[in-house]
Amino acid sequence: MNAGAVLELEGITKRFGALVANDDVTLSLQKGEVLALLGENGAGKTTLMNILFGHYAADAGEVRVEGKPLPSGKPRAAIAAGVGMVHQHFTLAGNLTVLENIVIGSESLWKLGMDREGAERKIRALSVQFGLPVDPAARIGDLSVGERQRVEILKALYRDARILILDEPTAVLARPEAEQLFTILRGMAQGGLSIIFISHKLHEVMGASDRVVVLRGGKVVAERATGQTNAAELAELMVGRAVARPKRAAHEVGAPVVVAEGLSVSSGGGMALDRVRFEVRAGEILGIVGVSGNGQAMLGRVLSGLARPDAGTITFDGRDISRITPREAVGLGIGRVPEDRHAEGVVGDLAVWENAVLERLRDFARWGFVRRRAAEAHAAGLIARFDIRGAGPATRTRLLSGGNMQKLILGRNLAAGPRFLLANQPTRGLDEGAIAAVHQELLMARAEGAAILLISEDLDEAVGLSDRLQAISKGRLSEPIAAEAVDARRLGLMMAGVWETRDAV
Amino acid sequence: MMEAFEILTTASLWAAVLRIATPLIFGVLGALICERAGVLNLGIEGIMTMGAMVGWLTVYWGGDLWTGLAMAVLAGMVMGWVHAMLTVPLGLSQHVSGLGITLLASALSYYLYRLWVEVGDLPPTIEPFLPWAVPFLSDIPFVGEVLFTQTPPTYVALMLVGVVAWMLARTPMGLALRMTGENPHAVEAQGLNPVRIRIWAVMVGSGIMALGGAFLTTAAFNSFFPGMVQGRGWICIALVVFASWRPGKALIGALLFALFDAFQLRLQTVVEGVPYQLFLMAPYVLSIVALILVARRARVPEALMQPYRRGER
Repeated sequence: MNAGAVLELEGITKRFGALVANDDVTLSLQKGEVLALLGENGAGKTTLMNILFGHYAADAGEVRVEGKPLPSGKPRAAIAAGVGMVHQHFTLAGNLTVLENIVIGSESLWKLGMDREGAERKIRALSVQFGLPVDPAARIGDLSVGERQRVEILKALYRDARILILDEPTAVLARPEAEQLFTILRGMAQGGLSIIFISHKLHEVMGASDRVVVLRGGKVVAERATGQTNAAELAELMVGRAVARPKRAAHEVGAPVVVAEGLSVSSGGGMALDRVRFEVRAGEILGIVGVSGNGQAMLGRVLSGLARPDAGTITFDGRDISRITPREAVGLGIGRVPEDRHAEGVVGDLAVWENAVLERLRDFARWGFVRRRAAEAHAAGLIARFDIRGAGPATRTRLLSGGNMQKLILGRNLAAGPRFLLANQPTRGLDEGAIAAVHQELLMARAEGAAILLISEDLDEAVGLSDRLQAISKGRLSEPIAAEAVDARRLGLMMAGVWETRDAV
Repeated sequence: MMEAFEILTTASLWAAVLRIATPLIFGVLGALICERAGVLNLGIEGIMTMGAMVGWLTVYWGGDLWTGLAMAVLAGMVMGWVHAMLTVPLGLSQHVSGLGITLLASALSYYLYRLWVEVGDLPPTIEPFLPWAVPFLSDIPFVGEVLFTQTPPTYVALMLVGVVAWMLARTPMGLALRMTGENPHAVEAQGLNPVRIRIWAVMVGSGIMALGGAFLTTAAFNSFFPGMVQGRGWICIALVVFASWRPGKALIGALLFALFDAFQLRLQTVVEGVPYQLFLMAPYVLSIVALILVARRARVPEALMQPYRRGER
């Protein structure tokens, strides 16, 4: 039907119980093209690609590669037809080598030996050809996330993929790595590969694709040539309504609530935090920006009572809190939104109501028994007040989307009206609609007089929300500057560790 | 003290070490294959009992000794199939299923033995494997007596170590098996079927375990009696950890345990005034110590005991 299309999906429909994940989806990919599949979390992007690759069988519809229909539900057939997939959660074995991870499945299982030299030659040749340097003998567990992704891509190329599907390839990458990845993908497309990447990040889609297909609620809602659209239009198509991140309103800032002086923590031979100094005032958001891995995680751990500083003090309303326990932090009215919501924010297998009251269980207990009805009522209140969708108090928390899980965490902290809130990467991995909701909540807490420390790698977010900004680099903090005084170049320099004290506020 | 040292220099001690190690080598290799594919097989104790009974019974009914071993392997694979079905496609707890298999296989073995074999005052016997001296090699002093004057199943066990090691490290099938134990999702993404690989690994591994049991009734002894596996299966489970899931180290572990065992037996006769129970305990205590020393650095297969379900993480 489509001349020159290397890949066609026609009328793909997939149901999971009552949920229609993909509803009559039709799209095609041209040779040498980079197609972005844009949609919010839960729009059905990953399901669609899993059908294409054969992890799932579609209930209806057909996948054709170069005109030939692909049997459904067989990854092996997809690989043989030249389709390679880079999964969002890498499918690598950490204890095995790069070479072993790449060659598995490429040779008959009944051979008595393996051609390691030949495999290594081919891997090295592909590395050079596509600019994906890796050491074939390295153990996967010793590699960085960026290197692991290269291995994932090489795996597909090793099987002679002509069509490459990348599921949220930048979800785990820092910005420079992400930019490097897209440069490589561009090169591949020019070399004749056809590429589909899944994303919910508008700037990536605008920057890296030739064409965009927007998916919402399992349906294709729009298709645009990237050159003929803009981020605002795509955002609206993706969410289904105009979304704008809320703006920070000017208002009076109060007295300092949390003050850190000379805070140092050593870790692994180096300094995770090096004589850090900051103060957060009532009714203000202090943004800490920086490239990940510069001490943000340790700062978050110290402030939540999970790590002890080696030197320095933190005071909260004049009281030293540098050695508190998490329970004392909760008791004092310190709210914490942890960096990794799955690992530290919620217990996925517990119900929403259990997660809602877990950190203040004593308030919901009598004579050692949980007052379940009160706890459930509290959870129901949070669900209503913070617009947590797809959940009742009894829902297993794992089933919530990232955005709703984050609203639950924020809600249980904000419901108590905290004096101080630590928000560590509060919108990482969330889609545009959920980001707006989280921002709204943070700004409301600010308006109510909470002192908020926002740690973020997303510069747009940090600049948009914060009254003042400090950059973190190799465990050191810059002097704060007012958000109004910020420009991209200066922020970039600050994040690289270059700062002056000129207009500190 | 001198006597104790002299024991260590006798060829008969070292020949006994190999003999005692043989069932352990089979057992540990079988357990290792299962675990490398990601399935813990606590059915081992029962599967070894089953192998002992079936191997013996086949010969008692007039079968050839080698046919006896083959039937033991088959019986082990059937039990392995049950364990695999419960733990792989159904994803049930590997501990519970494994212990269940042990209870089932042991009880079934005793039951069938009582049903089919008339037992008088003494259990009936068969003509077991006899030591077979390898021509020329067995003439080498000391080494010949230790290594090359064993029963045929011992030679099979030693060769099997090399075969399994080669298979795991050097063949595409071994890679697929190891990958299944590390990350079955990666296996599926590369177009292979991790469920099928796990089922076959458990069946083959169980077949090899059963050989360890059959060795007891067709070579070490000449009759079958309840309780004769005596926890060797559990020792093998510990030896897999001791060996960091490597066949070569598994051989060393099995030999080490056998050495403790053979040594304490002989010590009992020369050292007086010490309760013999202490000597009996020694191999187990030393094994625990060795496990503590070695196993901390062990690299566990990442997906061990994690059921694989398609499209779920």
